[in-house]
Amino acid sequence: METGNKLAMSRRGFFQKVGVTGVAAIAAGSSLTTLPRSAAAGVDGLIAEKLGAGSVTYAKVKIDTPSSADNGALVRMPVSVDHPMEPGNYIESIVVLVDNNPQPFICQYDFLPEAGKAEFECRIKMAKTSKVRAIAKTNSGKLYGFEKEIQVAAGGCVG
Amino acid sequence: MAVIGKPKVRGPRGAVAKGSIAEIKTLIKHPMESGLRKDSKTGQNIPAHFIENVTVEYGGKTVIKATWTGAISKNPYFSFSLKAANSGPVKVTWKDNQGGEFSASANLKVA
Repeated sequence: METGNKLAMSRRGFFQKVGVTGVAAIAAGSSLTTLPRSAAAGVDGLIAEKLGAGSVTYAKVKIDTPSSADNGALVRMPVSVDHPMEPGNYIESIVVLVDNNPQPFICQYDFLPEAGKAEFECRIKMAKTSKVRAIAKTNSGKLYGFEKEIQVAAGGCVG
Repeated sequence: MAVIGKPKVRGPRGAVAKGSIAEIKTLIKHPMESGLRKDSKTGQNIPAHFIENVTVEYGGKTVIKATWTGAISKNPYFSFSLKAANSGPVKVTWKDNQGGEFSASANLKVA
């Protein structure tokens, strides 16, 4: 091609670039939508999305459950936070995340100080052995957390 | 079709001291289908059908609000604590992603 075809050249260059970045973008997109078999980064992103960005202090929060579960369809999840519940200084939210679940976000609980104590118990499904995290946010945006590896003998049909 | 509903809320049996923490337990029948499971016979995806929101009302306020996903076990048990302020109902409401809504209450007696 001649130099008169600068446009074509740059256009080719353009498509080559877009091609590469486009494919990269699609790959990134699909890894988010179809493969949230999350790298830890994905779960950290979820924490930031649900509770706001900030570093998590691993204190105050507790998941009081055995470190192995026979049945992944029914894993006890008692979470408590040792923090005052007074107007102006209370736990606003707690989220529970299972790193190796197809959808790591399990549940979120929002509290008013009137609740008196930031604790709950529910039962969750776990697809396989995974790190489980409970992250709490105070009304001033400070994050406290707890994480624990739970061995699952038989997966819980989460898909 | 499995039974859905039959919500139950249970508080302490007798009266509790003002200012103390009361444990409230709840139970509801629900399939909690995540939408990620396949029917083993037909190979079709089983549609998502799970409780998305749970609210706890006490003393005229929504004191606890839960957001659930299909990763909560079926027939979900849920317990929580409340600071006993005044005698009155503790009302729990469950809402699912197909428009189902269930509620039940327990009377908290504060001495």
